[in-house]
Amino acid sequence: MLTLAHYLTLGAILLCISVAGIFINRKNVLILLMCIELTLLAVNMNFVAFSRFLDNLDGQVFVFFILTVAAAEAAIGLAILVVLYRNRRTINVEELDELKG
Amino acid sequence: MFGIEAVQIVFYLFSTIMLGAALGVITSRNPVYSALFLVLAFFSAAGLWILLEVEFLGIILVVVYVGAVMVLFLFVVMMLNINVLPMKEGFTRYLPVGIGVALVMAGELLLVLWARGRFGAGQFPIPAAREAGYSNTQAVGEWMFTHFLLPFEVAGIILLVAIVAAIALTQRRRTDQKVQNPSRQVRVKRDERVRLVKMKSEAPATGDRK
Repeated sequence: MLTLAHYLTLGAILLCISVAGIFINRKNVLILLMCIELTLLAVNMNFVAFSRFLDNLDGQVFVFFILTVAAAEAAIGLAILVVLYRNRRTINVEELDELKG
Repeated sequence: MFGIEAVQIVFYLFSTIMLGAALGVITSRNPVYSALFLVLAFFSAAGLWILLEVEFLGIILVVVYVGAVMVLFLFVVMMLNINVLPMKEGFTRYLPVGIGVALVMAGELLLVLWARGRFGAGQFPIPAAREAGYSNTQAVGEWMFTHFLLPFEVAGIILLVAIVAAIALTQRRRTDQKVQNPSRQVRVKRDERVRLVKMKSEAPATGDRK
């Protein structure tokens, strides 16, 4: 039988993979944005599982709002990335150090 | 009627595919492959949500995320034309740190989740299957448009702001184009257009007329 702990474990492992991805891909802003999407997916998984097991629709509505905000965040993030690439010809994180003191 | 084993088989199948795809996202060499692995992860997550009888969000995840956001990602990946090899240097340098942090986090989370059966069947009983006429979409819609009407409108405004911001950011101002500037046209003063020059009147040269 599938208990709530199964779904929460799945979300936890997904979260750990995405955090490891942020550590590993220190070079590419694009993959960092994808790792943030994975993190949000892990959070949504927990919300959906709790909503079903508590029989409460608030969690599903909240996932809907998270999806909305994540879509807006992806659009603005990619727009910033395009402008960055147009000005600097790179999306390498380590070369973007103009604000370093 | 599904037996409990069939549900378990589907759960473990989709979970394995999703976690494998997530690993593919963070380890693949080419950003295009990363985006495609992310699409696979979203599809498997949608399958898991539909298994939980959360059908509306499962479909929304496929339509909005795979259909819109990931296509946007793929557009940007292919537009930027990054050379692959230099982006991966330092991969092996950060790999031990990443794996270490992930393992520690996973250990802590699993300890919290499985210790003393906090989230087991005793505390959270397995929900019964919905009856045949139940519509998840209708239930979510009724709940959202009554209790969450104001947040729904705010979400619409957030999307509008995102549209305006994305277009305003990526708009390219070209210098070699001849365009009118209406603001400057309206603000123009008389002195910028007309110059009155005082000149002394001169008598016509006498030699010209004969």
